[in-house]
Amino acid sequence: MRKYNKRFLENIYRTMLRIRFCEESFVELIIKGTIRCPVHLYTGEEAVAVGVCAAIGSKDRIFGTHRSHGHYLAHGGSMSDLVAEIYGRGTGCARGRGGSMHVCAPDKNMMGAAPIVGGTISLALGSALTSKIKKEKSVTISFFGDGATGEGVLYESLNFASLKKLPIIFVCENNLYSTHMPIRECRVNTRIYEIAKPFCIESFRLNGNDVLKVYETTKKAVEICRKDKGPVFIEFLTYRMRGHVGPDDNIQRTHTDIRPKEEIEKWRKKDPIKNFEKILLKNKVVQKEKLDLIKKEVEKEVKNAHMLAEKSPYPKEKDLTKYVFKR
Amino acid sequence: MSSKDRKLSYSLAINEAIHQMMEWDENVFLIGQGVKSPWYIGNTAKGLIEKFGPDRIIDTPVSENAITGAAVGAAISGMRPIVVHPRMDFMLYAMDPIINEAANWYYMSGGKSSVPVVIWGIINRGGEQAAQHSQALHGIFAHIPGLKVVMPSTPYDAKGLMISAIKDDNPVVYIDDRWLYNVEENVPSEEYSVPIGKGIIRKKGKDLTLVAVSYMAYESKKAADELYKEGIDVELIDVRTVKPLDKKLILSSVKKTGRLVIADVGWRSFGFSAEVSAMVGENILDRLKMPIKRIALPDAPAPSSKPLEKCYYPSKNDIKKLIIKEIKNVL
Repeated sequence: MRKYNKRFLENIYRTMLRIRFCEESFVELIIKGTIRCPVHLYTGEEAVAVGVCAAIGSKDRIFGTHRSHGHYLAHGGSMSDLVAEIYGRGTGCARGRGGSMHVCAPDKNMMGAAPIVGGTISLALGSALTSKIKKEKSVTISFFGDGATGEGVLYESLNFASLKKLPIIFVCENNLYSTHMPIRECRVNTRIYEIAKPFCIESFRLNGNDVLKVYETTKKAVEICRKDKGPVFIEFLTYRMRGHVGPDDNIQRTHTDIRPKEEIEKWRKKDPIKNFEKILLKNKVVQKEKLDLIKKEVEKEVKNAHMLAEKSPYPKEKDLTKYVFKR
Repeated sequence: MSSKDRKLSYSLAINEAIHQMMEWDENVFLIGQGVKSPWYIGNTAKGLIEKFGPDRIIDTPVSENAITGAAVGAAISGMRPIVVHPRMDFMLYAMDPIINEAANWYYMSGGKSSVPVVIWGIINRGGEQAAQHSQALHGIFAHIPGLKVVMPSTPYDAKGLMISAIKDDNPVVYIDDRWLYNVEENVPSEEYSVPIGKGIIRKKGKDLTLVAVSYMAYESKKAADELYKEGIDVELIDVRTVKPLDKKLILSSVKKTGRLVIADVGWRSFGFSAEVSAMVGENILDRLKMPIKRIALPDAPAPSSKPLEKCYYPSKNDIKKLIIKEIKNVL
């Protein structure tokens, strides 16, 4: 703990909290029907996005999934632009054209996200190829879930990345469910990190709810990639506390979540933010007052983001086809 | 010899475009299956690897989905890639990166991130190759918002459209045809471009408008020239770009002639010929003096056996026969 700078730890805490509070602020609005855009909440998995993005630089690129609010915020995306996007406003991060599943902040190198499972893995591969051709030292992170390990493009990408020694880190967020399907019903071998081995890719598996472990392992992976010894594959074990889509259901606004209560309770105890808070206090790195202050600041940021989004205009009807082609 | 008098084949015109564009911008690179092998892509990649090296001329394993996605991802992150599919049929493995990602990306990022990629698919018809090495799939790609689709029929256009496709900030599906690879004509050695979205009148005429694309434009030119000698004056339009379609050029010609025949390299139903026909019907139905007629592939997979292949692909004679039948009585 001592090796970390206090400011760094506070930032980690703040970023996890920003994701949690921002996302949880949608829950009531989804239930009320104010927010209709399908929202895939990341609650419970924040340590992965925050730990990974803390280990990379602003020039490193990331690609996300359908569940990417966390990746977006952790790599510098603006919260008010995110909230406005989910409200469908013209001021949103994708100007109201993408919605929750296509968050992006290309100016921050959060290149984009897509709900076609596995769809951005090859895009991240191409981004890493760009680094290699241009002889940049940048690294690309490909975030995907355990569900994406059922897609053939992942294996094609692993092979090509390894063949060309591309600076890409394949980050599998294994939350044990592919929408409603438990992993044991999807995979014969549930040790996902082993899929990298036949491609001669160094791989790791660890607790994705321990933000500092996530950070350390990613840092190691980044170093490997920067020495042109990539790619690297990391499997983070984590759990989503909410449904596949929407607050608590696999199908929005109905009650079909089939996950066992005991399992949810077990993981609730592994909450990455609460546990990190405990560690910070126990090691006397940060005072409780400071953490409370951060909470208040984040609450205010979230509230402001909603207020701003509500006031923001919708995209104009005349602009319906504006971004089909770049002119 | 002035550069304007220099003859070049269709395939070497493509090759020259890639050479010039790779010199023009170091972000241009070529990736795909067989870029080192003339077996796959003829001489279109001649001299490239020697000049630009394996970092920018990337031969790949057989992984169309990931490799096409990688080209799209490279485009998103600042490059201008060309990804080649030596048989257009193989592109079907890459429909997700082409349609879900590349075509939609600019729109779904609200215009914040564009995809300047050329997705090059080669139609490889004939030669008894049967259904999976012969398909012309332009109709599928032209249906998708966000994709441009070009199909040159001459060496001049093959070069000029490849240059335009590479310089375009949007995903462009560039479709050429192996049957045209040995066609030669004068091609300027300088860099020049043929605008995307502009068709061309290959032969002026007053009796009937013949709208053709790709290899059928080549066959149509021969047909139109012969018909002229036989007293039928056809105006031949080579669209060159399937999408966006040069509607103005087609409409003004049909307004003049009052008759329309469409010749496509793809299947008859729901494709290019149907689109041109609908577009003309929507706009100037009242100007038509006869029903619109189409020449296209029958709605059947490509056969292997030679006699079947021969009747599967329409040629100059089929175009002539149809036009003569339709209009000889009224002229």
